[in-house]
Amino acid sequence: MAADLVADQLRDPAPVRWGLRVVTVGYVFLLVAWPTALVFRNALAGGVGTFLHAFSDPAVEHALALTLTVATWAVLINLVFGVTISLLLVRYDFPGKRWLSVLIDVPLSVSPVVVGLALVLVYNGRTGWFGPTLERAGIQVIFSTPGIVMATVFVALPLVIREVVPVLQEIGDEQEQAALSLGASATQTFRRITLPTIKWAVLYGVVLAVARSLGEFGAVKVVSGNLVGQSQTATLAVEQTYQNFQPQTSYAIAAVLALAAMACLVIVSVLRPKEGSA
Amino acid sequence: MSITVSHVSKRFRPRGAGEFVALDDVSVDLPTGQLTALLGPSGGGKSTLLRIIAGLETADAGSVRIEGVEATHLPPQKRNVGFVFQHYAAFKHLSVARNVAFGLEVRRRPRAEVQRRVAELLELVHLTQFADRLPAQLSGGQRQRMALARALAVEPSVLLLDEPFGALDAQVRKELREWLRRLHDEVPVTTVFVTHDQEEALEVADEIVVINHGRVEQIGTPDELYDAPANDFVMGFLGPVTRLGGRLVRPHDIEVTTRPGIVGGTRGRVERVTRIGFEVRLVVRLLDDGQPSRQDQVEVAVTRATQRRLGLTDGVEVWLAVIRGAAVPQMRPGVAV
Repeated sequence: MAADLVADQLRDPAPVRWGLRVVTVGYVFLLVAWPTALVFRNALAGGVGTFLHAFSDPAVEHALALTLTVATWAVLINLVFGVTISLLLVRYDFPGKRWLSVLIDVPLSVSPVVVGLALVLVYNGRTGWFGPTLERAGIQVIFSTPGIVMATVFVALPLVIREVVPVLQEIGDEQEQAALSLGASATQTFRRITLPTIKWAVLYGVVLAVARSLGEFGAVKVVSGNLVGQSQTATLAVEQTYQNFQPQTSYAIAAVLALAAMACLVIVSVLRPKEGSA
Repeated sequence: MSITVSHVSKRFRPRGAGEFVALDDVSVDLPTGQLTALLGPSGGGKSTLLRIIAGLETADAGSVRIEGVEATHLPPQKRNVGFVFQHYAAFKHLSVARNVAFGLEVRRRPRAEVQRRVAELLELVHLTQFADRLPAQLSGGQRQRMALARALAVEPSVLLLDEPFGALDAQVRKELREWLRRLHDEVPVTTVFVTHDQEEALEVADEIVVINHGRVEQIGTPDELYDAPANDFVMGFLGPVTRLGGRLVRPHDIEVTTRPGIVGGTRGRVERVTRIGFEVRLVVRLLDDGQPSRQDQVEVAVTRATQRRLGLTDGVEVWLAVIRGAAVPQMRPGVAV
């Protein structure tokens, strides 16, 4: 103990330690904590009644419902494809594997606005690649829910994969081989062995994907057309109500979105320590 | 024959490296009910052969028959083999009992039968009181016994063990291999285990297959291999060797005298004495006309009693000769005795 203390003092003299703490805490406070707190303060400035009143507007109600629908679909799709792609990347060898791995990170590096624009170019009803064909079949992608879901899936794509891949790599395939040699089919092996081993990573990825899907703005704005009561999501509603001089409504929706994202973070931090023991 | 491997070849093509021949036209017959060791240096191909028998790896050429059934293209699930991995491959999220039950559960056996069988097996591997623990709460030796019970649960026609004691410390290793031998006498399922430890193979196996550079060097009982090794490699791999009069001999097959009495004796001087318990190892520098003209050193092993009787200490002049009936390589290059 005493030795630790001495080592600690040798490494960082007191002024350096205190200086570092003040800078870090101040930085996070000014950049993250204070602005977020202000959103809640403003949302509740007129009392709980005013706060709740904001949600009686059918447009706001619709925006929140749409965001929920979109996030649900986007997360489900990312869950299924994320786990499948992770297994493919870790357990199988195929030509172009490295390219696929790089491609999966594209949504992290490319601006969501560009993602939205790219989707519009491919799926729009007049000049897109598939757009006209789909439209003739009665499916409208751009300016409607499918397009919003696609944009959200795109931006949240790497989240599940980047959580699951390292865990799959770490556990190796010996447990799966053991299961096979004990007579388990591929499906049984996946359900009984692989899935339970990666479940925390999957859940962690899903929580991140939920937070990302709820908050997506840029890509959704380009593909949705932002039609009030039709294709306007919650984030778009925040912007529009703010610009339309309804700050109270804007703050209220923003507070709900922030609350949902924070709930996700809390869930993650509660789950995290279990990763080790599970 | 329980397992018949004929003309199996396997090459690996690691990325960025050349071709690596793991097995080169290997044929082995493993009789039913025996405990066979695949012995050889690491990278020699013995694990690959075991994995091909289990179906975890596919051969480029050749065929595998298990219990008379053509198994070359069967998936591992259909081969009815039990496989034990060096690093246990324990199902980390399942209790010891559930680990052992796994093979029965995927076969959808009735619950009562599964429970009875799991209890029996845990008894057999002395893990009954650990049934509800997670593998992480067991020691390495206990985990490997659990893995063995898990493999035995499905009543495999052959049991394959890949360096089963390789990750354990020396003491546990020794205990477990004696235990494996006893277990095999109780449950006489055809067993093949891979090892690079010649002592382990000599102690446990009924029959040893020596594999090196992807080829079978020799197949035989421990005695045959030790006393009549097929070539220099087998002789060198199965025990200590030294060179006397241009031939390979075991250090304990050399007779030492302090007077020039023996026919064909070679003169030398003791240079170093190392005592390991009852055994004393001497390093003897050979002499030509009293001068150490040749650079030859010979290692000799004698008992502590002999060393004391002859007064073998540093600098003593001795005469060395190979005893009659000493193990010598048969010098037939290649396969089988």
